[in-house]
Amino acid sequence: MDSLLQQISAGLANGGIYAAIGLALVMIHQSTHHINFAQGEMATFSTFIAWALIQQGVPYWIAFVITVVVSFVIGVLIQRIFLKPVEKAPVLTNVIVFIGLLVIFNSVAGWIFDYTIKSFPSPFPLEGMFLPKYFSGHQIGSIAVTLVVLLAVFSFFRFTPLGLAMRAAAFNPESARLVGIKVSWMLALGWGMAALIGAVAGMMIAPVVFLDPNMMAGILLYGFAAALLGGIDNPWGAVLGGVILGVLENLLGAYVIGSDLKLTMALVLIVTILIFRPYGLFGKPIFSRV
Amino acid sequence: MKLLDADNLSASYGANQVLFDLTFNLEIGGITAILGANGAGKTTTLRAVCQTVKTAGSLTFLGNRIDGRATEEIVKAGIAHVPDGRGTFTQLTVEENLRLGAYTRKDKAEVAADIEQMFTRFPRLKERYRQQAGTLSGGEQQMLAISRALMLRPRLLLLDEPSFGLAPLIVKEIFDIMRQINQEDKVSMLLVEQNASLALGLADHAYLLETGKIVLSGSSADIKADESIRRIYLGY
Repeated sequence: MDSLLQQISAGLANGGIYAAIGLALVMIHQSTHHINFAQGEMATFSTFIAWALIQQGVPYWIAFVITVVVSFVIGVLIQRIFLKPVEKAPVLTNVIVFIGLLVIFNSVAGWIFDYTIKSFPSPFPLEGMFLPKYFSGHQIGSIAVTLVVLLAVFSFFRFTPLGLAMRAAAFNPESARLVGIKVSWMLALGWGMAALIGAVAGMMIAPVVFLDPNMMAGILLYGFAAALLGGIDNPWGAVLGGVILGVLENLLGAYVIGSDLKLTMALVLIVTILIFRPYGLFGKPIFSRV
Repeated sequence: MKLLDADNLSASYGANQVLFDLTFNLEIGGITAILGANGAGKTTTLRAVCQTVKTAGSLTFLGNRIDGRATEEIVKAGIAHVPDGRGTFTQLTVEENLRLGAYTRKDKAEVAADIEQMFTRFPRLKERYRQQAGTLSGGEQQMLAISRALMLRPRLLLLDEPSFGLAPLIVKEIFDIMRQINQEDKVSMLLVEQNASLALGLADHAYLLETGKIVLSGSSADIKADESIRRIYLGY
């Protein structure tokens, strides 16, 4: 029983990370209908920035804030420099750009920080303060940080005029322009926020999986599965999908399929969803009227 | 000073030219109608004014050139467009749609008051305040689209076939309110309509478009009175 609860709590902590990556994917997908394959490597790169800062003796939370801000700026710049020129280009052009970004971030991270596996500190105590039996301190902390970030993002979109403008630009760019919204800048802000969310996810998962340039490769797959499971157009769905996936992965890994097949499970899930329910558990099927 | 001056205005989609050297102007406070058959270039004329289509020639709004400017800036200058298909944000609520209409305004305090005013004009929208715009009926969506545009406090309102697909009773209701808005709030309008008699009833001036060229212009009263124009061009 205890081990079951421990598996579930570890699953919740991982699920939060998948939820965050899933949400970042959904944000960019909603406004551009593209999947940002470079999302994971961008997050890894951000985590390296935090690692370098901490190595220089910067206190953890200050490094955290600097990383989040820098990641946001990098996200905005990427949209402005690499994606704005191909905004109206065919999907395939965009996909190539995403893959290019993936490779660039991966190799630049390896070039600057090299490929050796690094340990990344957790700001949370080893022993949890609540329910120490089932949760480690880092698990509780990671869940809390992820929750705070998700809530902040949702409140931003729900309650601020800028958030409303970003939603409007995503749903209906032509009409958004007609009420005076600079749509292209809204996309850039969306990229910035996705990069920010990814950075937080990277910093929270790094103490668990250790930091190297390929750290996020598997996690991006889980994030993608989370987004698909919840419905690629539904931010809440992506978050729920992430949590479900995290728990499911841990339980199946511990009791059914063994830890070797965990990532395979994510892929099987992606294929299954695409075949049987392409709009996800919480998404809405899209019908177009002719 | 004129509200809007178009001089040799042309517009094209890619290599396909749709408007040919239109020269027309709008009076401050007036309602002008653009009439014409399907494909005459009525919708494109409105798109040209808010620069969502590539144009040549000059466009002057209250003394300032607006041709070549970004659509967002033209909106900010005070031109609101209710496009064909209404352009409401169907996934957002009625309230959010109205707030978006005031996106470029700085006087945030008065926005709430303006939303209230829209609800006095269109009481039906008030009942649907928190509802997704996509769940509204066609008439309600058109009311929302007009309200959304008015939230900008525009000097000029561009209306693309506000009667399209609506029941005659609703059309009458909407046109009555548009007249009211023009008289009380001094909002000038440029109206595109296929239903010529309806448009001439509201507008004080009209231009007739045929395959991208202005073939005729005059006061609504004159056009209505001229039987041959009515027969040949307006078909009623």
